[in-house]
Amino acid sequence: MPVTNVVIAGVGGQGAVLASELLALAAMAAGQDVKQGEFHGVAQRGGAVFSHVRFGERVHSPMAPRGRVDVLVALEKLEALRYAHFVKPGGIVIVNDYKVEPVRVGDQRPYPDEAIDFLRTKGFRVIALEATHVALDLGDHRAANVVLLGALSRALDIPDTAWERTLEERIPEQHLELNRRAFAAGREATFQTLTVLA
Amino acid sequence: MGTVTLMSGNDAVARGAWEAGVAFAAGYPGTPSTEVLERLAAYAEVDAHWSTNEKVAFEEAMGAALGGVRSMVTMKHVGLNVAADPFMVFPYAGTNAGFVVLVADDPGMYSSQNEQDSRYFAKVAKVPLLEPADAAEARSLTSAAFELSERFRTPVMLRTTTRLAHTRGLVEPGTRTESERTPFSRQVSQYAIPVYARFRRVELEEKLGRLREFAEEFPGNVIEEGGPAMGVVTHGIPYQYVKEVCPEATVFRLGMLYPLPQRRLVEFCARFETVFVVEESEGFIEQELAGFGIRNVIGKARFTNVGELSADLVALGLTGAPIPADLSKEIAVLPRPPVLCAGCAHRGVFTTLKKLGVLVTGDIGCYTLGCLPPYEAIHTTFCMGASIGNATGFHRAGEDHVVAVIGDSTFLHSGLPGLVSAVYNQVPTTVVLLDNGTTGMTGHQEHPGTGHTLKGKPAPAVDYETVVRAVGVKHVEVVDPWDLVATERAIQAGLDHAGPAVIIARRPCRLLPITRAEARVPYRVTLEDCVLCEECMASGCPALVWEPDGPHIHEWECAGCSLCAQLCPTDAIVAAEVA
Repeated sequence: MPVTNVVIAGVGGQGAVLASELLALAAMAAGQDVKQGEFHGVAQRGGAVFSHVRFGERVHSPMAPRGRVDVLVALEKLEALRYAHFVKPGGIVIVNDYKVEPVRVGDQRPYPDEAIDFLRTKGFRVIALEATHVALDLGDHRAANVVLLGALSRALDIPDTAWERTLEERIPEQHLELNRRAFAAGREATFQTLTVLA
Repeated sequence: MGTVTLMSGNDAVARGAWEAGVAFAAGYPGTPSTEVLERLAAYAEVDAHWSTNEKVAFEEAMGAALGGVRSMVTMKHVGLNVAADPFMVFPYAGTNAGFVVLVADDPGMYSSQNEQDSRYFAKVAKVPLLEPADAAEARSLTSAAFELSERFRTPVMLRTTTRLAHTRGLVEPGTRTESERTPFSRQVSQYAIPVYARFRRVELEEKLGRLREFAEEFPGNVIEEGGPAMGVVTHGIPYQYVKEVCPEATVFRLGMLYPLPQRRLVEFCARFETVFVVEESEGFIEQELAGFGIRNVIGKARFTNVGELSADLVALGLTGAPIPADLSKEIAVLPRPPVLCAGCAHRGVFTTLKKLGVLVTGDIGCYTLGCLPPYEAIHTTFCMGASIGNATGFHRAGEDHVVAVIGDSTFLHSGLPGLVSAVYNQVPTTVVLLDNGTTGMTGHQEHPGTGHTLKGKPAPAVDYETVVRAVGVKHVEVVDPWDLVATERAIQAGLDHAGPAVIIARRPCRLLPITRAEARVPYRVTLEDCVLCEECMASGCPALVWEPDGPHIHEWECAGCSLCAQLCPTDAIVAAEVA
């Protein structure tokens, strides 16, 4: 099978790296070769963070080439714009309808509030979710990453059992129930079943 | 054999070392190398500890290897600069038990102050150099490095890069083989280098000759036959990019980067009209090939030595495929630099330093962010420990108002000698020691000032006040950086003092579990009292956001440091429980 490429992007502290690790573990549980390459370091101090997850029969490069990503998951709107050029024409962008103002260095233009509409005009299949608010309603805004993973699961060819096993094995006991509910909420919020490989 | 698991390159290096029976490991934290030692410490059989700096770590691991147990030292590329002294001398003696030096380079400078291709260090030191291409190979080559080290009685350098260190892939772990201790025996002619160096120098050259022969046979140097149209010589992560974009090429993948297998490379390159050398950072392999008299090579002319390579850049170099542009020309893709956390203790210091308008020499840690808006307080940042020596130098050049800022871990790493020099030479250097009780930027490692070891055991904690007084600093003051008035008074008093002064700004990092568990009282803006002067925004706090109607505080993010309230001229910001 061809390699599936996913990029997960966000602001340091939002859980983009954990989300990508969960995806990589789920792909491994589904019997795929997998590579997950991430950018971190000082990124936990609120900077831009991104991670590539690639899975299939045999994966070489840790990062997908530009224009070849099947799904971009963005935990923040500006971060969706930052990595959209990695997405293939007509590819899927799952974006948290949530704004985190960056500290201004140099570029003084206003924050691009129109990010989601702009991505639609570029021909991407955009799914916008208020994942942070969904997570807040469930009890913790930090579960937004797993809400978006639930939405992502609709777009990928990974069996439910692999996802369930991964959450169970990777999430600490005291947070497991919250994360299960966050994952389910993300799935439910994404009505149409998406198929990357179609 | 164990079941296949997902491991980062760093996890896999630690696993390979453990399987090879490593008994002792030391290091100093540095992205992207840090997790190797953390993972090693998690194995009960491995005695692992953080050292004060890379030179000390190297010498400790070197001592353990001489003492007869397999040992490892871990560091990032700039750490090897600090450890370069023993690294260059130890090969003259050669090791007793297996000794591996893990060095992680950072092409692209994701978390570093420079790009530095450590492969040249191996050549200068005349030690064999191995470099894996993925996590699975990181495990197997680490084990192989110990074998190689004992076979030739030489230190072996294992080089990784950020992309290798931080990429997870599938690894099939093996079991641990305990290694026998080979006791040290006194051989002055081998281990007391200065007297006997001339003899050892000749032997080192002979050893290198034997290593060259070994390289010809080394199974980690692999030719993967593809089509006859394209021949590529590559290594490490760039190998993965080549396979991604040109699966049909015939590829010579080098797992041993120094010394190179000259005969095999001459033979390989003769098969093609032109051979591409795809390597990250400098043209190290390309230059070696030129030294072998191989002329039909295209390397750095097509593949930049600046920054990190990618599948896209390799495709551009090999086939001319264009790289899609990002969206920044069409919409405001604003940069998002990292910021100091809400409640970060550094914030009060930088707000104060900006107000005082002094020249600030910086150092390495989260606090390098003090050079960015809104603080714009730091003037220079170079390398570990440089702040104090730089400040002394600025004084010598005639600058009167200079402050050095340095973190606690960095101070213990290499700041102390600079302070001793300032005292000795009677220069009125003012140092603000940012004591947040941890090694913050690399992810909260213990250090000699924290009271705990890498293995989590209690340890004596360095008493900074006593240390700096003992080396002769007369003016020493401790201040809470959450208190702006006290911080300003303390730093000003340090500047006014005629001799060297140390101000210790002490408050634990906000991300430490112990701080996170503390009760906090978030602050709130009373908009009726707000005059929209934006003074609070000078704090640069991520919990504080400017909405159309004025400033708001994200209460879930607010640490309750009250810095914004102290900056507010109309008392419009108050503790939430008071409001």
